[in-house]
Amino acid sequence: MAAVQAPGVAAQIRHELVGLSGVVERNLYLVKRYFWWDVAFLIWTIANTLTIVFIARGVDMPKAEQDRLATALLVGGVIWAFLGIIFEIVTETVAWERWEGTIEYTFMAPVSRPVHLFGMGIFAVLYGIVRAVILFVAVVAFIGIDVPNANYAAALALLAIASISFIGIGMMTAVLPLISPEKGTQLGFVAQGLLLVVSGVYYPVSVLPEWMQWISTISPATYALRGTRDSILHGAGLAWADVWPLLLIGAASIPLGLMIFRSGERYAKRHGKLKRSG
Amino acid sequence: MSQPAVVVSDLRKEFVRKSKGLRRRRRAALKDVSFTIERGECVAILGQNGSGKSTLVRLLSTLLLHDGGTATIFGYDAFKDTRAVRRLVNRVSVEASFFKKMSAAENLGYAARFYGMTHKETRDKIPAILSRVGFPPDRRGEPMEALSRGMQQKVALARALLTSPVLLLLDEPTTGLDPRSKQEVQEFIREIRVAHDSTILLCTHDMTEAEELADRVGLLDRGELLFLEPVECVKDRYGVDTLEEAFFAATGRTFEDEKSEEDEEREVFA
Repeated sequence: MAAVQAPGVAAQIRHELVGLSGVVERNLYLVKRYFWWDVAFLIWTIANTLTIVFIARGVDMPKAEQDRLATALLVGGVIWAFLGIIFEIVTETVAWERWEGTIEYTFMAPVSRPVHLFGMGIFAVLYGIVRAVILFVAVVAFIGIDVPNANYAAALALLAIASISFIGIGMMTAVLPLISPEKGTQLGFVAQGLLLVVSGVYYPVSVLPEWMQWISTISPATYALRGTRDSILHGAGLAWADVWPLLLIGAASIPLGLMIFRSGERYAKRHGKLKRSG
Repeated sequence: MSQPAVVVSDLRKEFVRKSKGLRRRRRAALKDVSFTIERGECVAILGQNGSGKSTLVRLLSTLLLHDGGTATIFGYDAFKDTRAVRRLVNRVSVEASFFKKMSAAENLGYAARFYGMTHKETRDKIPAILSRVGFPPDRRGEPMEALSRGMQQKVALARALLTSPVLLLLDEPTTGLDPRSKQEVQEFIREIRVAHDSTILLCTHDMTEAEELADRVGLLDRGELLFLEPVECVKDRYGVDTLEEAFFAATGRTFEDEKSEEDEEREVFA
């Protein structure tokens, strides 16, 4: 019999919610403290997106066609930036803590791992949306694209649905630095790059080799890009053809991500890798 | 009679290390260690670097899985009831690990949320606890990286105390501190015992610190717990006047002796 009694279910749920708010709160503090780094990365992303979108202006075609191409490229750039940041933040859950030296304190705290990881995911989505909106507005204003038919609500809704899958996939790669501190982080970057390259960021998936096209069908970014382009360019609403694969991938990737992370955490605890130096 | 705070029985932990080629060697960091700590007691475990002190602390903190034996904390299994154990335990390690760009107050706030404390609950508690450890109020907003090691270690103690742990694990909390900071931290540990009724496991290689702070002193050598008893009993047992002499009598080595290759290998993990 334990001498100190465990709290009830309601108290445990409250505890988890407070823990989740703590993860978001901590990340907001870090954004505040690294504000000028965030500004620098955002400017770099805007400049990078502009270099791609300006390609449309160099193509010999009527202005209206140029605008369509520029918008298609811009959507690719914004989605890359949005999904990339979600992936990066969730993937770096462990690497970041290890770098700061706080990993042991976080992993011995009485908050469940799903709540910890979802906290990272929620912050990543909020942060990614703010960045994506600034990026979109800045590039549209700079290059002078007119998107009169855009259905922004549908585009944002689809991004929110796609975020679930990316949080799940991020959980799977977040485990890599637990198993191998340095190589794991490197592999996380490789996975992020590979996932986005097969998803038709700046081109239709149909131009890819067949084997890459097959992989693109299991990438949530494929459906996010296709649906968002339709919403921005043609004012299309949420298309079931894009929504159901995203829901399916999300429903599979979250439990799978949590399971993989839990197994990785057990491995790290067995082999003494759950510490700042790995 | 009340239940013991910590019961460790035949606890064993091994690490695997790659040696030359593809060969893997197993090194025992803890070899069938057994001891009990009563509620409210302060126990110090002495040992050189690589003796297994940190491994013991990390096992009790739920950061490692064991290879044999058992460990219970206030009746909860340290390897099965991890959620329950985590609510009861906090620690201070040799490195005051914080988010370096965040302030002391922000770091404490973040840690408190993980222990279920809301912003409202910590609004007054954090300044109060920082004041108690002698942290200057005008520096609460400064990033941790701007603070001295001694100051950071005080914040680490405040972080541990903020969550009201019933078991406090101190892993070389004063190592590397200047004499004044060391004294202040030791003073605070004494205060914690009186004010909070906490049970304390102090791992250190500072024999004076162990003698001054602990009710009982243990010696962990190369993963084996050679004794754990009041200092006077240790001295009587070996017929010596100091803990340094007791260490020599128990191990045949002086505390500062050079380490063997095996010790260094063990140090990497432990």
